[in-house]
Amino acid sequence: MYDLVIIGAGPAGITASVYAARKSMNLLVISKDVGGQAAWSGDIENYTGYQFISGPDLAAKFEEHMRKFDIKLKENEEVAGLNKQENIVYIKTNKGSYETKTAIIASGKRSKELGVAGEKEFKNRGLTYCATCDGPLFTGKTVAVIGGGNSCLDAALQLMRIARQVYIINITSSLGGDAVMRQRVQESKIVTVFNNTQVASVLGDRMVTGVKIKMEGREEMLSVQGVFVEIGLIPNSEFASNVEKNQFGEIKVNSSNETNIPGIFAAGDVTDVPEKQIIIAAGEGSKAALSAFRYLVQHKF
Amino acid sequence: MDKKVKIYSTSSCPYCIRAKQFLKDNNIAFEDIDVSLNQAAAGEMVKISGQMGVPVLDIAGEIIVGFDKEKIKQALSV
Repeated sequence: MYDLVIIGAGPAGITASVYAARKSMNLLVISKDVGGQAAWSGDIENYTGYQFISGPDLAAKFEEHMRKFDIKLKENEEVAGLNKQENIVYIKTNKGSYETKTAIIASGKRSKELGVAGEKEFKNRGLTYCATCDGPLFTGKTVAVIGGGNSCLDAALQLMRIARQVYIINITSSLGGDAVMRQRVQESKIVTVFNNTQVASVLGDRMVTGVKIKMEGREEMLSVQGVFVEIGLIPNSEFASNVEKNQFGEIKVNSSNETNIPGIFAAGDVTDVPEKQIIIAAGEGSKAALSAFRYLVQHKF
Repeated sequence: MDKKVKIYSTSSCPYCIRAKQFLKDNNIAFEDIDVSLNQAAAGEMVKISGQMGVPVLDIAGEIIVGFDKEKIKQALSV
């Protein structure tokens, strides 16, 4: 039986693992990937110590730090269920099952889908949820970015450098996100913003050829080769069915990262902690590990 | 024994970085094609894989989309 199983290896999970390893806890990390959303971010300019670093580079630094310790990592593995009976937490994944005295849920968030016709059909055929990964394939092309917040602006900033024309399709009346990023996007000559506009469907034959948009009661067709969906995120918390969550599905935690179930902690974007930032997730991860350690000491397991 | 391995990638994609690291860790020589710098190769990738996501691996003609560790292991018998 493990002292601690950490679910997720993004900034929160990795930081938790480093703290737990330094406390010599017998631990296991289970994760779909390494780096989490940080690895998919474009430019990061607000992680203290780095005035500028790319998402993949920061994620690589996190991973390198984790690998310095002898931490058992199950990658490409997804947690399907988690529950606690007596003093044991049982974790089920798509590949196996594990028993542990404590757990930290740091499974982060994933991209929300549009839910319109053509979305599934053209995924990876011009429609993508990762501008950082697939953006460069659209050099010289016309693309649409769907959204209006920071992830939309981040995608637009990346695409502005390489695309021929960038449309932003925003459902609200004005763009949100950080003012610095918004200004850079709005100053670009190749960006056109459609506010109060919805995507009705994604069109194409073998690959994406356009999007149908709805604005002020009328429909229009935009000819594009790429569609970047950046409409926000939902927490990866479905597997933790007995853990208390808020209306958005975020796991409720107190200031010590405790959930409603003793011995089960949560950290990072999957929680209801305000502000989703890499540096906050990392800090929360360290707190969760220290809380788990304290829990083990207090309960003399 | 040695299969010809090509990887279509972009420098910014996390799964491309991981796929290349995986090949290196297994001492597999490979040709890295950055499709963001090479439009012809980008077209070739779309043609052989029927999609636009990176990475795409071409292992002696077997096309693997994404960093699918198990499939890659099988194709390389490692």
